[in-house]
Amino acid sequence: MKTKLTLALTAVTCATLLTGCNKEEAKEAAAPAGIAPQIFTDSLFAVMKSDRTNYTKLIVQRLGPNKGDFIKPNEHWEDMAEGAPLPAQMFRYGAEGVADMTSDFTYSLQSIWPINSQNAPKTPLEKEGLQFVSDNPGQNFYGEEKLGDVTYYTAVYADVAVSPACTTCHNEHKDTPRTDFKIGDVMGGVVIRVPLASR
Amino acid sequence: MKKMIWLLWLVSTLALAGFLGYELAYEKEKPNFLIGKSTHGHYQIELACDACHTSPFGGEEVLQDACVSCHGDELKASLDSHPKKKFTDPRNADLISVLDARQCVSCHSEHNPDITHPMGLTLPEDYCVQCHADVGEERPTHKGLTFETCASAGCHNYHDNRALYEDFLLKHAHDRTPSPQQLLPSTLKQYLASQRVEWPEENLHSIKGHAQVQAVTTPEIEHEWLSSAHGQAGVGCNSCHTSAPSELWIEKPGHQQCQSCHTAEVKGFLAGKHGMRLAQKLSPMTPEQARQPMQTDAGHAQLGCNSCHNAHTDNRIAASTEACLGCHADDHSLAFEQSPHGQLWQQVLSGERTAEEAVSCATCHMPRESVDHYGDSFTQVQHNQNATLRPNEKMIRSSCMSCHTLAFSIDALADEKLINNNFSGSPDNHIESIDMAVSRDVKHR
Repeated sequence: MKTKLTLALTAVTCATLLTGCNKEEAKEAAAPAGIAPQIFTDSLFAVMKSDRTNYTKLIVQRLGPNKGDFIKPNEHWEDMAEGAPLPAQMFRYGAEGVADMTSDFTYSLQSIWPINSQNAPKTPLEKEGLQFVSDNPGQNFYGEEKLGDVTYYTAVYADVAVSPACTTCHNEHKDTPRTDFKIGDVMGGVVIRVPLASR
Repeated sequence: MKKMIWLLWLVSTLALAGFLGYELAYEKEKPNFLIGKSTHGHYQIELACDACHTSPFGGEEVLQDACVSCHGDELKASLDSHPKKKFTDPRNADLISVLDARQCVSCHSEHNPDITHPMGLTLPEDYCVQCHADVGEERPTHKGLTFETCASAGCHNYHDNRALYEDFLLKHAHDRTPSPQQLLPSTLKQYLASQRVEWPEENLHSIKGHAQVQAVTTPEIEHEWLSSAHGQAGVGCNSCHTSAPSELWIEKPGHQQCQSCHTAEVKGFLAGKHGMRLAQKLSPMTPEQARQPMQTDAGHAQLGCNSCHNAHTDNRIAASTEACLGCHADDHSLAFEQSPHGQLWQQVLSGERTAEEAVSCATCHMPRESVDHYGDSFTQVQHNQNATLRPNEKMIRSSCMSCHTLAFSIDALADEKLINNNFSGSPDNHIESIDMAVSRDVKHR
């Protein structure tokens, strides 16, 4: 009798546990799967890189002083009749426009050889990431960092010189800390941050 | 006896609560709720609490929205060197923790007269050091300079550096000829056409066809109108003295009527100290309410468009200096007539030169600006006389450089004594910003 009761209780307990497990699994299966942070940031970077390359090659290189000389890419383009935003400014305007619309991610262009010192890496993870993509061409850098009270998933992607417009301007600028950039060199990095839900 | 005291206390409390409650809920001006003297920029509207505190609910974002609603366009036009968007990236969390540059009130808090500096700044004047402490490493010329001098020596401004940024200094370092002056179209008709304004053209015969005009007009008014810019452009009585759709006769048209054609001018007027009370639906500004010295006999004059622009003669020459000096009595204004600028203006009054070849009060304080609108470019007069007043380097490009070099303009505007005597003499000190820019450029080449 005692054995039968024990078996019955065990069966009920197992059934309850199994049923519970199945419910959790079913719930997970029904919920829409989230995008992994790395896929999210990789996808964002793909769009950014494509737009950035196109602006640099199709507008600045083709129409600027390196070829057609119809426009004058300049930091103070707003103050010039023929002025056009520099590729780095165009990229920043995109980041600022995004910041006006969402705080789900932020991004910036940085370099360990910045013309504007405000664009040097600041956080320990930025410094590590920028150095990593510079030392390991073709590889990206991923990590997590806490800024203020928020933890971020931070991805760093190499920013590579794609045209003479990049190298000439950076090598000749009076504020540049490096003057030997060549096409194909890693000049800096794109840092994308995604705030993670508090844990 | 005790009951009487309690009753008296209760009645007094209720009366006071009723009095204050009524003021809070129904009065436009709330003097009993002013928590401290406001800055020179806002004192005219300080009793209209809801000008800035637009909602009883919410915190800093309410004040921030109020700041931006009045000053946002101006900041944008000034190519603001420190816009909010530069500080919203999380990587700037360390900077924000020291100085929250995302909020206007971090640097410009109101009702704090004891800590308010020029420009309405309520931070210690060495605020630049918070982020730019290492400037000496990047700019050897800046080594040893003290941090309260960044924005007080004619070199940098926090927001508007259009006349001070390095490439601009270099571009004009060796200028010997002035930049071309903006010219308005020669007639009102051409000016209104450039602004895409349409109006029914009238003449002396047609205006008398309106019964209301016939009832009030006199030969003197008709003569004034015919001689005026409005008369010559065919802008008839009804264009100003009636308002669509009612077409009721308005005896004394105000800025609401003027703005139907002069939209940008009235917008500027309402944004400046002359019109900001009207913009808040308060009574018009009067010189007696001003904090700076004013002519005593002008104390009660109510400021509107007609204070400077006579209704029918519409004399732009008188409006550009005589009208100003009729009220303003500070040292700078009183020194105008004897100053080199004032002497040139005397030659305009005597017909020896044109207004475009001289300097009036308006030349500097209400400059002509080139405006681009969807590809169209036209010139208009900035009627917000505060738009170029502080910091005064804002008037370098809009006014000074029409006649002077950049180097002289920077030096002159940094000389308080010279400003007070209305630029009678030469600057005592030389500001080295152009020299620094040139020396850095030479080293780079």
